[in-house]
Amino acid sequence: MSYKRKDRALDEPRAIEAKVGVIKRADGSAMFKIGKTTAYAAVYGPRNIYPRFLADPTKGILRASYAMMPFAGVGERVRPGPNRRSREIALVTEQALLPVLDLSEFPNSVIDVIVELPQTDAGTRCAGICAAAMALADAGLTMKDLVAAVAVGCIDGTPIVDLSKEEEDYEGEVADIPIAVLPRSGKISLLQLDGEIDKENLMKAIEMGKKVCRKIYQIQKAALKKKYEVTK
Amino acid sequence: MNYREAKEHIEGLLNQGIRLDGRKLTEYRKPIKVEPGFIETAEGSARVIIGETEVIVGVKMAVEEPYPDTPDQGNLMVGAELTPLSNPEFESGPPGIQAIELARVIDRGIRESKMIDSKKLCIKKGEKVWAVMIDISPINDAGNLFDAGALGAIAALKSTRFPEYDGEKVNYKKHTNKKLPLNKIPISVTVHKIGEHLIIDPLTEEENVSDARLTVVVRDDGKICALQKGGSMPLSSEELDSMLKLGAEKSKELRKFIE
Amino acid sequence: MGKLLVKEKEVVVPGEDLAEGMDLLPGEGCYRDENKIVAARLGLVKVGGRLIKLIPLSGKYLPKKNDVIIGKITEITLMGWRVDTNSAYPAMLSLRDATSEYIAKGANLSQYYAIGDYIVAKITNVTSQNLVDLTTKGPGLHKLKGGRIISVQPTKVPRIIGKAGSMVNMIKKATNSKIIVGQNGLVWIQAEPKMELIAVEAIRMIEKYAHVEGLTDKVKEFLDKAIKGGR
Repeated sequence: MSYKRKDRALDEPRAIEAKVGVIKRADGSAMFKIGKTTAYAAVYGPRNIYPRFLADPTKGILRASYAMMPFAGVGERVRPGPNRRSREIALVTEQALLPVLDLSEFPNSVIDVIVELPQTDAGTRCAGICAAAMALADAGLTMKDLVAAVAVGCIDGTPIVDLSKEEEDYEGEVADIPIAVLPRSGKISLLQLDGEIDKENLMKAIEMGKKVCRKIYQIQKAALKKKYEVTK
Repeated sequence: MNYREAKEHIEGLLNQGIRLDGRKLTEYRKPIKVEPGFIETAEGSARVIIGETEVIVGVKMAVEEPYPDTPDQGNLMVGAELTPLSNPEFESGPPGIQAIELARVIDRGIRESKMIDSKKLCIKKGEKVWAVMIDISPINDAGNLFDAGALGAIAALKSTRFPEYDGEKVNYKKHTNKKLPLNKIPISVTVHKIGEHLIIDPLTEEENVSDARLTVVVRDDGKICALQKGGSMPLSSEELDSMLKLGAEKSKELRKFIE
Repeated sequence: MGKLLVKEKEVVVPGEDLAEGMDLLPGEGCYRDENKIVAARLGLVKVGGRLIKLIPLSGKYLPKKNDVIIGKITEITLMGWRVDTNSAYPAMLSLRDATSEYIAKGANLSQYYAIGDYIVAKITNVTSQNLVDLTTKGPGLHKLKGGRIISVQPTKVPRIIGKAGSMVNMIKKATNSKIIVGQNGLVWIQAEPKMELIAVEAIRMIEKYAHVEGLTDKVKEFLDKAIKGGR
């Protein structure tokens, strides 16, 4: 009765790839790929904020945006431009990243984080957060930690990590739970849930996700070091 | 070092036969890379890198009603998303005039070259045809989005495979081996005039001081199939002649990357 | 005794453990988390006695009093000029601080500095809200004419200048160029076209290899080769 995967273990994420410094024009940038889901993030700033009334005289503001490129989904073309889904994801992305950032050095300024996905197969907001955290570090901002994120879930009572689109669309009982974790403290800065799950499995799934986030942190760390370690 | 001085400086270099980055006037940046099939979720795609400029182009297909004036032909649409990802000066929101011009010039090259045999995209005359939707998404804008985007669009169309269609619904999860009916491949070369000099493949700094530009789209049979003159300065017949010649000549170099 | 968990000059990332032990102290770019010292940014480890700090490798410029910067005029107001400082904070250059000349009421200010002009200016004041005041009165402070401006990582500026200007002077001499390095990461270069390209390349090289041993020799070798090669 319990759910089984053909190609990987239940607590195993898909193949992960990360690269820092992929957008030369940006002040910081990164690419994060998990399975087919690919996210680019560019950071511009801290920079002068317009309109002025948005400015905070005590600290810089983090402003995230999220978009799927029109060809990023299996299925019909995605209409470009913001919609309710993309705006909500931008909001939770900001909230997932803010706990590690210290923007007090930059009052009255804005740090823009632009996340775009050219190719998606579930887990897009988590991939975006992973890319954004690396891009913010690349931009040289004060951060007490990185942020790693992955979707966990439960299918027919079996907790799993990193759902594919096929698993999200599974016919039986499914829960999809994107989480973001601050690797040092293990604290959670993004938590959403779609679907059905009991509390016990939820806690199990989150613990599995935390483990994967530690792995993701190591990959993020290696990608950042790779950009800056010049040997010769 | 205002606009006039920036222009004088670039012209001073051009007078000596070099560019800001040390290139010759009619030399492309290196590397040029074309990677077809870069995006698995699209029916066709390509990533194009020219120097530090990088764009991703995707093709999506759908079954739609034909336009009333072309009831037996497929629909074509080209879009360009100039978002602040690739260039901090681009603004989010509805496409600005820059994005519209870029998309329309690329659209024109594809449409007017007749590279797509659009009658073969007709499923049932007046009712159902295939639509081909091309989207240009820059990753890093370091100049010359026109030619990088156009090259990407061509490579993406060449890599396109029809999704399965049972007469009612498109099954995007399964792609067939069927390719788009293509021939007469067009290549776009944009020639810029700065002072007395003609250059190709401009950097952003060069685009900023360009007097005029001419996008020349040339088919593999040598015919010109689209033009777009941009910039505020007019062109003489002699200049036009040189620009067309340069465009045609340079298109041969770019063509190698999609064959 | 405290224990270092990373090597001197190692690149570390936010959240990375740098050292263990209460006798060691977190310096710039670091913080303490219980008995550990942790990186609070991306940087290069530098240990000085009991103090562990990070040298930043990236990041925007933050205006500091007495810095000499290269700024761009963006606006002319009744009070003077608004100047982009290549940072999050625009600066003001007031009439009084722009020139020792008498500026008559209603004078055309663009004859002094026009929009788009680049100036070498000194920061005279930065408030807690990062309002920045500039002056162009003083030796070496003026409008830039001709040449080109390139943008470098502001964190690499000290390496580009070198000890007492040694690095930039070496490039100036070798390429027979005029170079002004602004603390804000804008660099102005003027020379014969080919020499200008060599100077730009040399600066890019310093930016890339800023923290590698033997940088001066490397740059010297590059300059010798490039100039002899007649490039």
